[in-house]
Amino acid sequence: MRTIPSERQPDSSITKPLYRDETKFAAGKIAAFQWVVVGAFFFLLTGYWDLQVRNEEIYNAKALRNQIKSLPIPAPRGKILDRDNRIIVDNHEAFKLILSRENLREEHVRPIALGLGMEPDVLEARVKRYKPRPTYFTIPLKEDLTREELTFVEAHRGEDSFPEMELIRSQFRIYPQGGLAGHVIGYLGEISDGELNSSEWAAYNPGDLIGKMGIERFYNEVLKGVDGQRRVRVDNRMNTREILGIKEAVPGKDLQLTIDLDLQVVAELALQSRRGAVVALDPRTGEILALVSAPSYDSNYFVGRVNSRELASLMTDPAKPMFNRAVQAQLAPGSTFKPIVALAALEEGLVDENTTVHCPGGASYYGRYFRCHKRGGHGTVNLHKAMAQSCDVYFYMLGNRLGIDKIAEYAEAAGFGKKTGIDMPGEKEGVMPSSRWKIRNLREKWYAGETISVAIGQGYVTSTPLQLAHAIGGLVTGGVWMRPHIVKEAKAAAAARKAEYKVEHMVRVINSMCAVVNEGGTGAASRIPGMEFCGKTGSAQRVSNELMDKGKLGAEYKDDAWFVGFAPRTDPEIVVAALFENGEHGNLAGPIVRDVVKAYFDKKARGAKKQPQTVASAAAPAAEGR
Amino acid sequence: MASYRRIRDLDWPMLILALAIASLGILQIYSATLDSKFESSWWKQGVWLAAGLVAMWFMSRVDYHTLLGQVPMLYAISIVLLLLTPLLGVLTMGSKRWIPVGFGLHFQPSEFTKLVIVLLVARYLAELRGDRLETRDLLRLAGMVGLPLLLVAAQPDLGTSLTFLPILAVGIFLGGPRWQHVVSILALAVMLMPVGWLVLKDYQRARLVTFVDPTRDPMGSGYQTIQSKIAVGAGGMWGKGVTRGSQTQLRFLPVTHTDFLISAFAEEHGFAGMVVVFGLYFLLLMQIVQNAQSAPDRAGMFICMGVCALLLFQTIVNAGMAVGRMPITGIPMPLMSYGGSSMLSVFMMLGLVNNVRLRRVVS
Repeated sequence: MRTIPSERQPDSSITKPLYRDETKFAAGKIAAFQWVVVGAFFFLLTGYWDLQVRNEEIYNAKALRNQIKSLPIPAPRGKILDRDNRIIVDNHEAFKLILSRENLREEHVRPIALGLGMEPDVLEARVKRYKPRPTYFTIPLKEDLTREELTFVEAHRGEDSFPEMELIRSQFRIYPQGGLAGHVIGYLGEISDGELNSSEWAAYNPGDLIGKMGIERFYNEVLKGVDGQRRVRVDNRMNTREILGIKEAVPGKDLQLTIDLDLQVVAELALQSRRGAVVALDPRTGEILALVSAPSYDSNYFVGRVNSRELASLMTDPAKPMFNRAVQAQLAPGSTFKPIVALAALEEGLVDENTTVHCPGGASYYGRYFRCHKRGGHGTVNLHKAMAQSCDVYFYMLGNRLGIDKIAEYAEAAGFGKKTGIDMPGEKEGVMPSSRWKIRNLREKWYAGETISVAIGQGYVTSTPLQLAHAIGGLVTGGVWMRPHIVKEAKAAAAARKAEYKVEHMVRVINSMCAVVNEGGTGAASRIPGMEFCGKTGSAQRVSNELMDKGKLGAEYKDDAWFVGFAPRTDPEIVVAALFENGEHGNLAGPIVRDVVKAYFDKKARGAKKQPQTVASAAAPAAEGR
Repeated sequence: MASYRRIRDLDWPMLILALAIASLGILQIYSATLDSKFESSWWKQGVWLAAGLVAMWFMSRVDYHTLLGQVPMLYAISIVLLLLTPLLGVLTMGSKRWIPVGFGLHFQPSEFTKLVIVLLVARYLAELRGDRLETRDLLRLAGMVGLPLLLVAAQPDLGTSLTFLPILAVGIFLGGPRWQHVVSILALAVMLMPVGWLVLKDYQRARLVTFVDPTRDPMGSGYQTIQSKIAVGAGGMWGKGVTRGSQTQLRFLPVTHTDFLISAFAEEHGFAGMVVVFGLYFLLLMQIVQNAQSAPDRAGMFICMGVCALLLFQTIVNAGMAVGRMPITGIPMPLMSYGGSSMLSVFMMLGLVNNVRLRRVVS
């Protein structure tokens, strides 16, 4: 750089200009520069014109959308109570974390998942699943946050971390622990993709919790209520500046069940860890007093934090804990079917008190030998004794005389072969075969020999435990079948079916069932002293006798044990059906029914005054533990 | 006598324009910071405005030829300050641009350097004898401007460092470059682009990417552009009114009182307000150009044009960024955005322009 004398005085430049002072050389370029300035401002103004004048409305709408945010107010789900208004399923206040998609940054998804202890891939998949939805749909992240998770959320809610996380107050489901009444209640779970695509759940959104089984599912619409919404003006940190409007949530309706927790507990304890089911109902009203399927599951398991691996193990368990045997197990009812056959024979006038059969331990029909369960034979039996001793040979005779279609007529009147219409999801209809049924379903003619098996509840005939309790219940209350129901308010009377049978015929069947328990019959072990407890045992084969005799088949081929009992003999108040899978003989299922019936009358005797503590403490720990 | 003449001979139209713009800025700062932790910014800006007037007065008093004589020393001081900035500076938003000078005040060496660059370029070009620039002149200029530019860019403060370039560019343009030079500079710029991309920090790359497509990352680097455009657009023709802009008041608009002050202004005063503001800026720049045209010598002309180029560049970049026509940088709107250093440096540059004007009258 050339130097300039620094001692120059300011004013001396006038006389001896050191710098070249003619500036005209650049005049043209300066003029050009001025045009550049004009162009620059034109460039800027067109930018503002474009936004402010041409597209004002668009940006105004965007500005409005910025400020206004809709937050869901989850409706508290209705409680579930037992018949004495004891709480079975309750809610507790909890925080629910949702992910606002309006300001979601995809690179935040993984760190959020990690911070909350979720599988990052799972959350990313969920976010992806929401892609086609409008952005005002929020993604449910987590129910019932723990203190650690809350700390994480509070520490990362700012503008500079994860502003998409949004905490809202919500209600969280508490179920009785240990799986009490698990199959009755069902559970709440996140709606699956498959369900979202079905018409039943069309109004639901991904991430919604819906009832998956039991009451939770059947009465989902009643229980869920209507979510509210809060429209607020927010600033850029999503802090609420002003509440614009609140639509309060409509809480779900509480449901009072017909279930008696005391009986439910007794029934579950009686069944213990066996595979099976117990259904207790009041035949006068159709109210289900207890409904057990074992093994069961803990409904708490499914809410909020579902561990997919543990869930999978539940689903693949060979004991099928998710399977509601009480309404879904369709098995041959065995000898518990005999009262129906007996009534049919009496009504059709084929037998009377004096009709006897000699049982040598089996009988031949249509070229085939049918064995009696008692190898040595029962000797000479009439209807009463045949029922008490469960003599198969006697019933072979009845079946042969009735023919399949007469049996089917009476059995269908009692509810076999069709759904009872209980207010629970997934009920199965069982099978009540008839000649028509066989043509329709198997495209084959009915062979008379097949009737012989059906007469003792074998062959094609299958029933659910609920159907059996329902059928016998209607039979012993004079031919009136009330629709079984599990929620108090469900209208039962309208669906009642009535049959015009002769009272003396029904009494004769009832008396013979009393003999089963009280006159040294097959159910003698289940006798309750001082009470007219009646019933019928059943042991239903899973495979034919020949196969059973031939090889050493595994435990899963052992006979299923059934028992259906009721009390008292006149005007029965309770009928209980019990199934004990592979239990071999019905007198093993008998004590289960006996315990439940006894508990029912014990409680009745105690009166409503004294509430047993056992049940309260069985349900309460769940409520307090959280 | 001399003192009287100087006050009278100051460029009053230019001063009034500058004061008008600064007043609108203070009004907007008041509105934009209402109920925020920056609530006191508007009167602080007023204080800076007053300080700026004093600084302008000082800058116009000492003959600019004397200042030009001191360029080597000023240049050395600015380089030392820029070197010290990383050591003494305070870290704000991930970069060190400020040196604390006590009383809670901070000094920004890069703003001071702008003035030095204006003087440096003016002096070098005014001393040339020929009417054409030689290659070695270009190389020397590039080296002298490039050193502080790199130092500022390394802070990192890419925006401010880029403001040195228009001073140089306009200087070269007026100084008479050969067409071969223009071509090779452009070619070099194109060739350096990929290199530049590698040198850029991640956030700077993100800004460039989102400049092209803001919707790519609407909550991240695109957020500022998107929200600024919403603010501007929502203002409409007549604006939402002072303190009534929702984007500004609910803080959807980022750094409302500094970088995006003009967006807040556009939201609350509408297109009409923008026409007024741009009109004021345009007249101010034209006034400075007029001073360049009537400068007593080449050095004076180069000083005025350097100042003009710098202010034009900042205005385009800042106001263009608000509507998504420029990438996001931290370059403030001259005279309007909140900030003491910026205010002082702009008024000092206006002081230089006045300085040139006052020397003219003497003859």
